[in-house]
Amino acid sequence: MAIPSYATRGERIWHYVFLGICALIFLFLVGPLLIIIPLSFNAQPYFTFSQKMLTLDPEGFSLRWYQDFFTSRAWLNAIKNSFIIGIASTILATVLGTIAALGLSSRNMPARGVIMALLISPMIVPLIISAAAMFFFFSKVNLAQTYLGVILAHTALGIPFVVITVTATLSSFDTTLIRAAHSLGANPTRTFFKVVLPLVTPGVVSGALFAFITSFDEVVVVLFIAGPEQRTMPIQMWSGIREQISPTILAVATMLVLLSMLMLTTLELLRRRGERMRGLTPG
Amino acid sequence: MSESPASPLTTADGVPLKVSLRRAVRRSKVKALLLVSPLLLFLIIAFVMPIFDMLWRSVDNPEVSAGLTRTVEALEGWDRQSLPDEHVFAALAADLQEGQEARNLGLLSSRLNYEQSGMRSAITRTARGLRTMEPPYKEALIEAHDNWGEVDTWKLIEREATPLTMSYYLMALDRQLTPDGEIVRAPENQRIHVNLFWRTFWMSGVITGLTLLLGYPIAFLLANLPLRHSNLLMILVLLPFWTSLLVRTTTWIAILQSQGVLNDVMVAIGVIADEARWQMIHNKTGTIVAMTHILLPFMILPLYSVMKTIPPSYMRAARSLGGRPFLCFRRVYFPLTIPGIAAGGILVFILSIGYYITPALVGGQSGRFITNYIAYHMQTSLNWGLAAAIASILLFVVIIFYLVFNRLIGVDKVKLG
Repeated sequence: MAIPSYATRGERIWHYVFLGICALIFLFLVGPLLIIIPLSFNAQPYFTFSQKMLTLDPEGFSLRWYQDFFTSRAWLNAIKNSFIIGIASTILATVLGTIAALGLSSRNMPARGVIMALLISPMIVPLIISAAAMFFFFSKVNLAQTYLGVILAHTALGIPFVVITVTATLSSFDTTLIRAAHSLGANPTRTFFKVVLPLVTPGVVSGALFAFITSFDEVVVVLFIAGPEQRTMPIQMWSGIREQISPTILAVATMLVLLSMLMLTTLELLRRRGERMRGLTPG
Repeated sequence: MSESPASPLTTADGVPLKVSLRRAVRRSKVKALLLVSPLLLFLIIAFVMPIFDMLWRSVDNPEVSAGLTRTVEALEGWDRQSLPDEHVFAALAADLQEGQEARNLGLLSSRLNYEQSGMRSAITRTARGLRTMEPPYKEALIEAHDNWGEVDTWKLIEREATPLTMSYYLMALDRQLTPDGEIVRAPENQRIHVNLFWRTFWMSGVITGLTLLLGYPIAFLLANLPLRHSNLLMILVLLPFWTSLLVRTTTWIAILQSQGVLNDVMVAIGVIADEARWQMIHNKTGTIVAMTHILLPFMILPLYSVMKTIPPSYMRAARSLGGRPFLCFRRVYFPLTIPGIAAGGILVFILSIGYYITPALVGGQSGRFITNYIAYHMQTSLNWGLAAAIASILLFVVIIFYLVFNRLIGVDKVKLG
């Protein structure tokens, strides 16, 4: 966004003011996430910087909240539950969603609009409403307070993300590539594994990542339909924030911020790989 | 169907081309449907049926007709002016006796208590006294509790014996039925839900406005920088988007609370006195700040994708025609971004009115949303019919906005990440 040569002095000033405003907004966006990282190393049980931390005294810092986390049965159990539920619902959502996306991207799909709206609806309906509805229904069929119930609920919530990403990938898929592969003598199996799969995989993987993070970060539905057996990380954090506010939560939060950085990097790499394979951007 | 001309086009094996094509299309339709059907079936069972079950629950009214079968039957032909006859009272005694033995009077008594407070104690006290009661039951029951001596009680029982009821919706809108079936506003001290609906809507409006105010410059910057720089800055937008909701709420608690980072900084630099720390959390401010932060990426991303498609030459053309910068922006650039504003605005608004976690954690009393009352009626007051009715109203509002959104943009055009 360079300043054009014909800009007046007022415009030049405005340009820098504008950049300053943008910098402040970026600070508002990212600052809060960065502030908790040092706070989680606080030696005191406070949510703010102690005097010693500000003077960079090593005594002001400690790993006690991380130690607290890794030695707590409740937290470790919550992590285990989150992974079990997250992975199971991701697999279900990805398999069902990818197969459906194959059908949805067919040119002859009947009633596409209605079906698409239905498949996306778990993303639109507010979580509290889905949670209430699932609670009523799952209690009737004895699925409330079971792992299966939570997994099915999270699968439903993750499906829209898989459907959207995979359909987007498939819609930019060039079908002449399949014909080209056939004309070069590849049989259908070989074509699928050598041509179709590598092109579609990035989309499927990012859909799966979305589904996983949806489940991994979901509080409301678990709050309603899970029993004490199925306490997940978000539930543990939720009750941590509500009841006994200890900086262990800040340690968990820091680790989750790092996890989301990792996820973001993975997605970006997948996107670039996808673009490169389709020849959209050079190298 | 019209007959084809004399020599129709045929495929190699002699089938008319039209027929063959139709067959192929049908086959591919069936194939597409088969591919979608497992997911469709799953979602119908795991998501759509629960939603319809909830809608049903918001009007379902089985308690009175199931709990007072004989009474309801005996009330048929009652003149609705004077107290019913002895045989109705005897039927009530028999119903209560049966309910007491089966220990299922709880549902009935809470159901009637929603309509008229005092009914719970009327039923439990009467049921407890039944053992020692002698006919005639009319006197005995009125002796046991005054409510049975009032015509309104019997009108209530007669009215609520219908299989469907509007009363949960009336409760959700702070209305109630008089004994004669007129809809009136609930007493002043019981009006909570309508106020909460309005508060939810206007606070969501404020949040939407703030995200637009903060998101517009960022989207503009991202759309006009060279790709190399904008990709880097985009990460700053996507990082909060990808970070756990609870983490973002926690950080705002750490920053805004009275012993938190922001207050400490203000005290340290002498803006406010130590005793006069600002109360920025557990109220409206807390909810608005935290939710603006959480929903900001949902505004920036649609705005960005619209601004990306506006050629920079338009602004240059406007300038070369002599427009001053602000005029050019207002008359040329801004109108082109309206689709993005609409998309982002509706998206943020829909997400905001359905938010539960953040208002519950940082909203305190004054920053609560209607969603918090759904949870309250689900978990604390255990009035599930009312919870279902509030949720259904909220769902209706969301669906209307969603339809507008879909008409304007199309949900399958939503970009993720």
